[in-house]
Amino acid sequence: MTQKDPKLLIQPGPQLRQQMTTPVVMRDVWYALTPATLAGVWFFGLGALLVLLTCIAGAVLTEWYFAPEEKRGYFLGDGTAILTGWLLGLTLPPALPLWMAFIGGVVAVGIGKTMWGGMGANIFNPALVGRAFLLATFPIAMTTWTAPGDFFTIPSSVFALPLMQGVVDTVTQASPLGLMKFEHIDTPFFDLLFGNTSGSLGETSGLLLILGGGYLWWRRDLDWRIPIGILGTAMIFSLILFIVDADKYPGPIFTTFSGGMLLGALFMATDPVTSPLTKKGTWIFAIGIGILVVLIRVFGGFPEGMMYAILLMNAATPLIDLYTQPRVFGRELDSK
Amino acid sequence: MSEDKIEQVAGAEEPSPARLIGTLAIAGLLSGVIIIAIYLVTFETIKENKARELRESVFRVIPDVTKMQKLLLKEGKLVVSYEEEKGEEPIYAGYDESGKFMGYAIPSDGPGFADTISVLYGYRPADRKVIGMWILASRETPGLGDKIYKDAKFVADFDDLAIEPPIVATKKGKKKPNEIDAITGATISSVAVVRIINKGNDYWVSKLPEPGSEPVYIEVTPPPSEAGEAKAQ
Amino acid sequence: MAKEQHAYEEFMKGLWRENPVFVQVLGLCPLLAVTNSAINGLAMGLASFFVLLGSSILVSLLKSYIPKQVRISCFIIIIATFVTVVDYSLAAAMPVIHKELGAFIPLIVCNCLILGRMEAFASRNTLRMSIADAFGMGAGFLFALVALGGVREILGVGELFGISLFGPNFEPWVIMILPPGGFITLGVMLLYFNWVEEKKNKLDKQLAAEAGVN
Repeated sequence: MTQKDPKLLIQPGPQLRQQMTTPVVMRDVWYALTPATLAGVWFFGLGALLVLLTCIAGAVLTEWYFAPEEKRGYFLGDGTAILTGWLLGLTLPPALPLWMAFIGGVVAVGIGKTMWGGMGANIFNPALVGRAFLLATFPIAMTTWTAPGDFFTIPSSVFALPLMQGVVDTVTQASPLGLMKFEHIDTPFFDLLFGNTSGSLGETSGLLLILGGGYLWWRRDLDWRIPIGILGTAMIFSLILFIVDADKYPGPIFTTFSGGMLLGALFMATDPVTSPLTKKGTWIFAIGIGILVVLIRVFGGFPEGMMYAILLMNAATPLIDLYTQPRVFGRELDSK
Repeated sequence: MSEDKIEQVAGAEEPSPARLIGTLAIAGLLSGVIIIAIYLVTFETIKENKARELRESVFRVIPDVTKMQKLLLKEGKLVVSYEEEKGEEPIYAGYDESGKFMGYAIPSDGPGFADTISVLYGYRPADRKVIGMWILASRETPGLGDKIYKDAKFVADFDDLAIEPPIVATKKGKKKPNEIDAITGATISSVAVVRIINKGNDYWVSKLPEPGSEPVYIEVTPPPSEAGEAKAQ
Repeated sequence: MAKEQHAYEEFMKGLWRENPVFVQVLGLCPLLAVTNSAINGLAMGLASFFVLLGSSILVSLLKSYIPKQVRISCFIIIIATFVTVVDYSLAAAMPVIHKELGAFIPLIVCNCLILGRMEAFASRNTLRMSIADAFGMGAGFLFALVALGGVREILGVGELFGISLFGPNFEPWVIMILPPGGFITLGVMLLYFNWVEEKKNKLDKQLAAEAGVN
């Protein structure tokens, strides 16, 4: 966009960015995450709680270490580091060794956020950066899913010494997505709805995640276009595939309620820092994620695609913002 | 050589095009001579290294083998070859100390998880079995996909494997003679190896001669040019 | 040159103060591509070292005979000759390592570090200084390659030069032997070098200020 008129400055960017630093919004997100988190801890036991707390500790300590000394209280007070660690924890397998969870928290805040210039300047969702790093670094531990079990039994893998492998001594079980992808076994709908399946810590209970998302929507902390766009697109796309070959492709309901779909659509993709600013841009962003998830899940090498779908569309967000910027009042769209 | 250059330098303030071309030509000539020299010096060793590598791979996939020879498919027939031929797809026949035919080593490749996987596997036509497998080249994920050659148990699964019906990688524990156990966490790489071997079988098994009429081992190692003419029957 | 040159200074410059990788950030292609183990880094570093040293000597000797207009072509011919020598010798002497390094040995030809030293140093300085410079830069590059390869090997497979450090229960950081691990490790090392530099500058300033007060 070239400008000839020096009195009127048009530029994409900071002045359009929303300010979401208010601790009030963060508290709301905490409340919204609580039911699904409690369900995860209930299903997977105290080990899951330890993993979650370690993630938060890693994130908060990193934020504290890199924050300017005089501003530490302010940086930590807005609660974003806690939220990053919390969201990361919810995407991890419940029996992950604690030292890995800690590294995940450090990477999420260190590489995912601080390195870009801190809160509001990052391109990628920090929690997902942490998860992507962990998945690429420890592929086996990150895809070892334990079956929901006794509340007080903590898998010994959780207490693995730093740098050492964790031995999972509880019952392991392929996640619903893995079962679908590699063995074409469907998981009953009600298990997916209530979360009584193996999977990441906080992603299994569809119902409670929707409840939390609804609360955020009611509090107007969440742009409804993003989850509706993602879930709608994914459902339509998988419905088409399901009609083409019902034996080979999972149906739309399974697509929606399995894996990190709901957690990602409601809590990760809606991160205001890394999603587009305009309504039109938001729709493009959401539809892009919906299509990518189904593409990766059905045709890619991994059973789950939510993380990469969101990260890819995060990368496209500045471009979407640039092209969907509304025209300035009184000007033609392409006026020079 | 340097004396020539000094004379040239002494001549001109502004170098003429001829001098520029001359300098480059001399540099190129010298460089060419050095490269040819190092090529000639190392040629034999490099060739030997390659041959030894191939021999070790073949011995690895066919048990109890001490000799081998290269076979090429010419006009529907397997013939012994000593020549380096471009575009030909050779297989290798292995023989024990007494010259008895033990099996074929068949190279085959195909897409893996990261890049093309090149496999060499042993095949015994007498009982139609795969008798060994070795990965010649792959770029599978370290720690996961590279278990297709680092996991001894996976490799051992190919030591006695029926090829009919086509080989299957299973995750539920092998039961049938044509099944192998896929590696946990590296299903795609495991399936790729199986697919590559099945592809090699599809191509080669029908083209191999009847069991018992394999090319015999030719003891002599005459100069390559003559050896190429001598066809085994 | 007005300032008197010391061979030792030129050597230390390449090794530490103007380290080709950590300070000048040159020659990153082979650096990132082959450093997934310390031994690969060592082999690549030695190969580059040999090429740099040989080319520096030759260019420094021939500098007055090479017309300015064709100097880059001549440098490239000289470098390429040495690279070919290294390539064939390595293939003959150490086939396993040669296979690991693969295409990156021939690619030493276009390592900007080597051509850069020819153009910026060897073609303008005496033989003695050029040798010192080549030793420094070559050693600096070697140091960077081995350091990077070492860190990546320790975290990626739990070994250093093939010797197991943590026993059989070590959980490998798979990403470290993959290309992203190279970028991450290099980034952290650059961070460290800049941090050291910053601290040193601060200290210098402080000392200077104190000296001024007194």
